[in-house]
Amino acid sequence: MLITQLKAKETIVSLAAGKKVFIINCHGCKEVHFPEAEADELEKELAKAGNVTGIITTDYICNPDNMKLRLEAHKSEIDAADAVLVLSCGVGVQTVAAYLEDKKVYAACDTYPLPGFQGVTPLEYNCDQCGECYLNLTGGICPITACSKSLVNGQCGGAKNGRCEVDGDMECGWERIYRRLAQVGRLDALKCPTQVRNFATDDATSK
Amino acid sequence: MKITEAFERGEFVVTAEVGPPKGFHIEHVLEEAKTYLSGITAVNVTDNQSSVMRLGSLATCKALKDEGLTPIFQLTCRDRNRIALQSDLLSAAMFGIENLLLLTGDHTKLGDHKAAKPVFDLDSVSLIHTVKQLESGVDLGGNELVGEPPKFAKGAVVSPCSDSVDAQLAKMERKVAAGCDYFQTQAVFEPEKFIQFMEKAKQFGKPVQVGIIIPKSAGMAKFMNNNVAGIHVPDEMIEELKADKEKTKAGITGVEIAARIIKECKPYCQGVHIMALGWESKVPDLLKAAGI
Repeated sequence: MLITQLKAKETIVSLAAGKKVFIINCHGCKEVHFPEAEADELEKELAKAGNVTGIITTDYICNPDNMKLRLEAHKSEIDAADAVLVLSCGVGVQTVAAYLEDKKVYAACDTYPLPGFQGVTPLEYNCDQCGECYLNLTGGICPITACSKSLVNGQCGGAKNGRCEVDGDMECGWERIYRRLAQVGRLDALKCPTQVRNFATDDATSK
Repeated sequence: MKITEAFERGEFVVTAEVGPPKGFHIEHVLEEAKTYLSGITAVNVTDNQSSVMRLGSLATCKALKDEGLTPIFQLTCRDRNRIALQSDLLSAAMFGIENLLLLTGDHTKLGDHKAAKPVFDLDSVSLIHTVKQLESGVDLGGNELVGEPPKFAKGAVVSPCSDSVDAQLAKMERKVAAGCDYFQTQAVFEPEKFIQFMEKAKQFGKPVQVGIIIPKSAGMAKFMNNNVAGIHVPDEMIEELKADKEKTKAGITGVEIAARIIKECKPYCQGVHIMALGWESKVPDLLKAAGI
């Protein structure tokens, strides 16, 4: 089981500030607790400010085919937005970010694990349920799962021809992140303060 | 002495590195360092380099210091969590070791204990941040240190000939923002790439030492091209190493090549860092040939 928890309100408001946003809620898995009431309230507030091009509530956006079908029906609203705010677990955010490759895609939630079954998290996008989602600093590509060392402050010197030093079949996660940030004009995200991981987040919720 | 003092004096700073042995008998390492490296500014001691278990970097630094050399304590995040890293930093300060080179470290899968748990609790950037915090008298947990806080010259690495040099520059900028004082680079065999890199890196205003490996053979050059990140030995250099096998074996060709690279890079950087990889005895000849 997973718990998705809204990031701090000021964080979400600052992500949307000065932008037109399209909002995606995922209520897919029974195994994921989603903060419906809080999300609803926050989205109403954002919509009141007049910068929301559309809000959809859907399911299983972690499944790329399903997600594509759902989003195609809202293409004009997505095109009109500067950024897409995704309220889902980390897998959903990464699936949307990979699909909307020229869009800024932001995570509005942090994902925590609970003992028991996981949500439906198929295919190649992984979420480690670290509880301090980094996707907004890394263009929607998770540095915890895409980097062999789970580095959160940029690439190490170990990639050769774009391949990870640990696994030659694996592309360097941070090179992917760098390319993605360049593509969406967000290289400034790399100038964020030094990130120090908090390994207590998992324990804090599962106790 | 802090290496930063030499940079501040405007010296072209020379450092070299030694690797501790797999065992605790260190006489040979100390003897070589005293014989060949006593004229240079400081000596790096690698930290379980390439994830191969060896004698500790900190203990070797202390032994070098006792012999009158200035050590640079290399510290990686692969084998220790933030508690052990900070504890070793305080131990270094107690020994009077003032120079650090702070690295993420190679993955355990590259070394001789492939089943080991890789730690990476911190990384190179957050480790620099941690040292900076200790220097302010507070540890990473926010607790006050007892007595005068330590002060270090904080070094880090960057890979100027990497095929993702822009991402390397972005990381370099994060290291500067976290408090890095100086940089040593991955080995350079393409001076023109290094010069282009320095054009962009000089905006950070931190001293950079060009990294140099003395090429020992054409085989070694090809091995590095296939296996070592950020290193490309051009074909003409490989040909040069092939041309006269005896001359190459004696180290003369390698020293000529390395001296040429140093001379070409020198106007654009603030020092040189030599990774002799067992050829410490060639360092004096190299420096002479490079006119340093």
